[in-house]
Amino acid sequence: MTKKLLELAGVTKAYPGVVANDAVDLDILPGEIHALLGENGAGKSTLVKMIYGLVAPDAGTMVMNGAPHTPADPRAARAAGVGMVFQHFSLFDALSVAENIALGMENPPPMGQLAARIAEVSEMYGLPLAPQRIVGDLSAGERQRVEIIRCLLQAPKLLIMDEPTSVLTPQEVEILFETLRKLRSEGTATLYISHKLEEIRTLCDAATILRGGKVVATCVPAERSARDMAELMVGSSLNTPTKAAPAAGNVLLELRGLSLPPGSAFGMPLREVSLSVQAGEILGIGGVAGNGQDELLAALSGEARSPAGSVWFEGRDVSRLGPEARRVAGLLCAPEERLGHAAAPDMSLTENAMLTGAARQNLARSGWLDWAAARGFAEQVISTFDVRTPGPGTAARALSGGNLQKFVIGREVLQAPRVLVVNQPTWGVDAAAAAAIRQALMDLAADGAAVVVISQDLDEVIEIADRFAALNEGRLSEARATSSLDVEQIGLMLGGAHGMEVAHV
Amino acid sequence: MSEVAPVANRPSGGSISGQVKRLGLRLEKRPEPSAAMAYLTPVLAVLLTMVFGGALFAVLGKDPIDAILTIFWEPLFGEFAFFYRPQLLIKGAPLVLIALGLSLGFRAGIWNIGAEGQYIIGAICGAGAALALYPLESPLIFPLMIACGALGGFAWAMIPALLRVRFGTNEILVSLMLVYVAEQLLASMALGLLRNPEGFGFPGSRNLQQYPSAHNADIIANTGMHWGVVAALIAVIFAYTLLARHRMGFAIKVTGSAPRAAKFGGISAGKVVVFCLGLSGALAGLAGMFEVAGPSGQITIDFNVGYGFTAIIVAFLGRLNPLGIVAAGLLLALTYIGGDIAQSQLQLPSSAIQVFQGMLLFFLLALDVLTNYRLRFGAGEA
Amino acid sequence: MDLSAINPVLLIAAMIGAATPILLAAIGELVVERAGVLNLGVEGMMITGAICGFIIAVSTGSPTVGFLAAAIGGALLSLLFAFLTQVALANQVASGLGLTLFGLGLSALMGQSYQEVRAPRPGGEPFAALEGLPVIGPILFSHHFMVYVGIGVVAGVWAVLKYTRVGLILRAVGENHDAAHALGYKVKRVRTLAILFGGACAGLGGAYISLIRVPQWTEGMTAGVGWIALALVVFASWKPWRALAGAYLFGGLTQLQFNLQGAGVAIPVEYLAMSPYLATIIALVLLSSDTSRAPGSLGRTFHASG
Repeated sequence: MTKKLLELAGVTKAYPGVVANDAVDLDILPGEIHALLGENGAGKSTLVKMIYGLVAPDAGTMVMNGAPHTPADPRAARAAGVGMVFQHFSLFDALSVAENIALGMENPPPMGQLAARIAEVSEMYGLPLAPQRIVGDLSAGERQRVEIIRCLLQAPKLLIMDEPTSVLTPQEVEILFETLRKLRSEGTATLYISHKLEEIRTLCDAATILRGGKVVATCVPAERSARDMAELMVGSSLNTPTKAAPAAGNVLLELRGLSLPPGSAFGMPLREVSLSVQAGEILGIGGVAGNGQDELLAALSGEARSPAGSVWFEGRDVSRLGPEARRVAGLLCAPEERLGHAAAPDMSLTENAMLTGAARQNLARSGWLDWAAARGFAEQVISTFDVRTPGPGTAARALSGGNLQKFVIGREVLQAPRVLVVNQPTWGVDAAAAAAIRQALMDLAADGAAVVVISQDLDEVIEIADRFAALNEGRLSEARATSSLDVEQIGLMLGGAHGMEVAHV
Repeated sequence: MSEVAPVANRPSGGSISGQVKRLGLRLEKRPEPSAAMAYLTPVLAVLLTMVFGGALFAVLGKDPIDAILTIFWEPLFGEFAFFYRPQLLIKGAPLVLIALGLSLGFRAGIWNIGAEGQYIIGAICGAGAALALYPLESPLIFPLMIACGALGGFAWAMIPALLRVRFGTNEILVSLMLVYVAEQLLASMALGLLRNPEGFGFPGSRNLQQYPSAHNADIIANTGMHWGVVAALIAVIFAYTLLARHRMGFAIKVTGSAPRAAKFGGISAGKVVVFCLGLSGALAGLAGMFEVAGPSGQITIDFNVGYGFTAIIVAFLGRLNPLGIVAAGLLLALTYIGGDIAQSQLQLPSSAIQVFQGMLLFFLLALDVLTNYRLRFGAGEA
Repeated sequence: MDLSAINPVLLIAAMIGAATPILLAAIGELVVERAGVLNLGVEGMMITGAICGFIIAVSTGSPTVGFLAAAIGGALLSLLFAFLTQVALANQVASGLGLTLFGLGLSALMGQSYQEVRAPRPGGEPFAALEGLPVIGPILFSHHFMVYVGIGVVAGVWAVLKYTRVGLILRAVGENHDAAHALGYKVKRVRTLAILFGGACAGLGGAYISLIRVPQWTEGMTAGVGWIALALVVFASWKPWRALAGAYLFGGLTQLQFNLQGAGVAIPVEYLAMSPYLATIIALVLLSSDTSRAPGSLGRTFHASG
């Protein structure tokens, strides 16, 4: 019988107002790929942060290899044989690959030797990487490789991966799985955090399912259906959105060969992007993060002005118009980042309603603001979209991710846009809120608006979009009807393993 | 500080077990800023400053209680209060005028720290307009001076504003550098262009107090109530209305709170920069003009006494709120007057008051954390 | 006007001297900013260093002890800033301004009875033996010890940032404090140490003014040098050697306008005196349009949550 690698018993961690982990038990065997499954807010992140020494539990014990595991900080956790690859990469854009890796090591060898070691390990696990490149210039898949190699150089006994595939193309996912299987064959265990059930069924040997901070089940994923696990994870059955067949309408939004330089030092330029969306239609734009999604949204919202003749709205050139003028015309947007971009975190919901609603909702007259009307509009968004909050006076940052996202999307939807562009509408949102948001977008299209959904979640895009186009390195592919596509084809449209080949050492 | 607790399996009780803990104070972010703390912290800061300021005065060999009373009580209720009370308005008006302008910029993350320079230029322009027309008497002269003073300060502040909008140049450094430039310009004016031709070669301009059309006299004699005070009151109402009701005030708040959200909302960052710097420059210029035409009377080498910098403290102490700034402006005016009294009665050095004012800002900034964070005792993560 | 009264060799030598306070303050601030902290209190720390150094040098008779005291004084004042920004999480811009206002007042208070006192003779020119060499003697070897210390600090900072682990960690903290924290580095500790180093350097720069350059004490004698040093960090693109070159350029300009004043050029003194400040503005406009080299977390408050 195999000895356990890591054993958690009764681990509890509470934050003010919420118990993130409630007496969690978890056993991981050596060489096992163990899935940690749960919705956003189920307590997955808190649990792994404790194993990695970023957070200390309030109660419970952790035993690693028979010895108490009480890491005071990540350094101690690494010394005990735990490595972690973060969901939001803990990388330094302005530093080189080798420097980034050295920062994650206790006693890094001199830079010359380290570069050789990086080359060696990356070769061994099929993850090519040039040590001297600046990390800010790498693709998302390559950046993840930096993190993985950083961990592997420490020869960990347990590798924690937090939602690793959310930034990868399907082909890149296959390469990652090969690496993890190779590690398994060498006896390295992986704690694999995800909410993607099919992935887990293909890859993982065991699964622990969390809901509301508690372990609700442990199982062997291959023996359970995805639906079973989904219901365990969510705790109830879900409404799948219903979609009406699109009626062909006029072209409302059109991009003609739009090219734009990147907005920031490590941004992505847009290259000759063309698209058109009709009334009543949802266009899905997929792509791995960092391929120009933010830049595309900025070009559509008016935050970035485009060359004349490149952005057309209802047959009118709006390229040089700012966000306010475009909103007045009927072109509305909801950016990806809720806190700080779509909404001002420290300001109330009323003020945030004023932020984008002023013109279309008549909340201002010749420069003077009507706060009573703004409050009314905020209340309307809150009630229509079931936003859980004490009231419109609450600061945006006090809302949970899902509720704030419902508010942000609802604020734009209720303004009756002709065209609505959303970026990552359900990212980090619980399943019920995600379903509500998708339904709202589909209803909007059914009422005759054109909707553009930029999303990295391919399942989401296929579920709600009529046509699909892929964004890769700032270029947009031809849009194709989603009904004619399968995951394999979409992967190829996204650039396939393209990103993997450019990085030869 | 840290201790390693033995690993113990305590299934119940939920107390500390098996983890390295750090005992002590811990900050925990509040879901929303605390309104109570926003009002309480300035008061606490003033009290703490009195305590530590008293300690400082004791170190300097003065009786701390006596010194604090001299500074805060004497000007208001002492034997010569009838003389000092008007001073409160005379010194408070420029502080409030300047601080109001600065506070709008500070709210938007636009740091005009060159108000001292804009104050000087406003005074030079205002006085220059009057001196150019001397000895003509006309009711139009004073309004012309007001316009020139405001325009001068506005123009001086437009230098950092336009450089920031056009080239992304840091407005903090540019506006500050322009203070030194303005001081040299002031010296040059006092010694050259604006020097009193009947002044027997002494530096300094004609005294505007002796030029009736240009004199910013007390509206009611011996109250300190000159036109600068009226301007400050108008500015308070203006700033309050702007922030509460107007689009530009909202734009300022959003820009400071979340710049990306502001841009997404369609707020032009450049317009906010030009508005905030322009308005604060104009208000500082006005303050300079009212000072040179009234209490000071003439352009001299040492005309500026640091109101532009003290106003930064006023703006923060008033929590960037127009009404708060009135209270803070009067309080700091009090420390100036009380400091003067303490200097003559107790031989307290004038720089001690400067330290005192600096301390006030420090305590305020340190306590400000309580508005957004909660202080917790006990164990926390390292 | 008599321009021939200006000896180019002596002018260059004097320029190097004039550059030293700017250089010391700037290299300290450069380290602070590379750690992700914007400390606008340089002027306040310099003037505090100037008076601390002056008082101790006068009372001990030793300029060396004076410099030591200046470094400690500057560092102690910067500790206040570290407390405000790292512990109380206060806004860095406001705290830095407060530090400058406080430092100006504090130094004036400390220095009241030192207005008429002269500093002890500096001495300590390590290469005095070589000073007699033609041209290069005065330019390279006539300087006070601190001039060479300043250059040494630049070289040291450059080497540490580029080649050592400490430098790498410092840059990492300044670049992305959340990532550095996730890897287990003590962001606040690193930043506090950087702030103390910046304070010590600014203190040394201030003492160079009060002990060597002037050498006596007057209120507000740093006259904006601290602010020029802050500007210098920006247009040096946060690179040590470029800060050195920039400091010499500005030291040179300051010195040149003094010499022109002395030579009685037909430009009024006031306009010559404002030239270093105007030049700073122009340099900022020309050279700072590319701020993409700024450390990623510069000026942002760090607070580890859960």
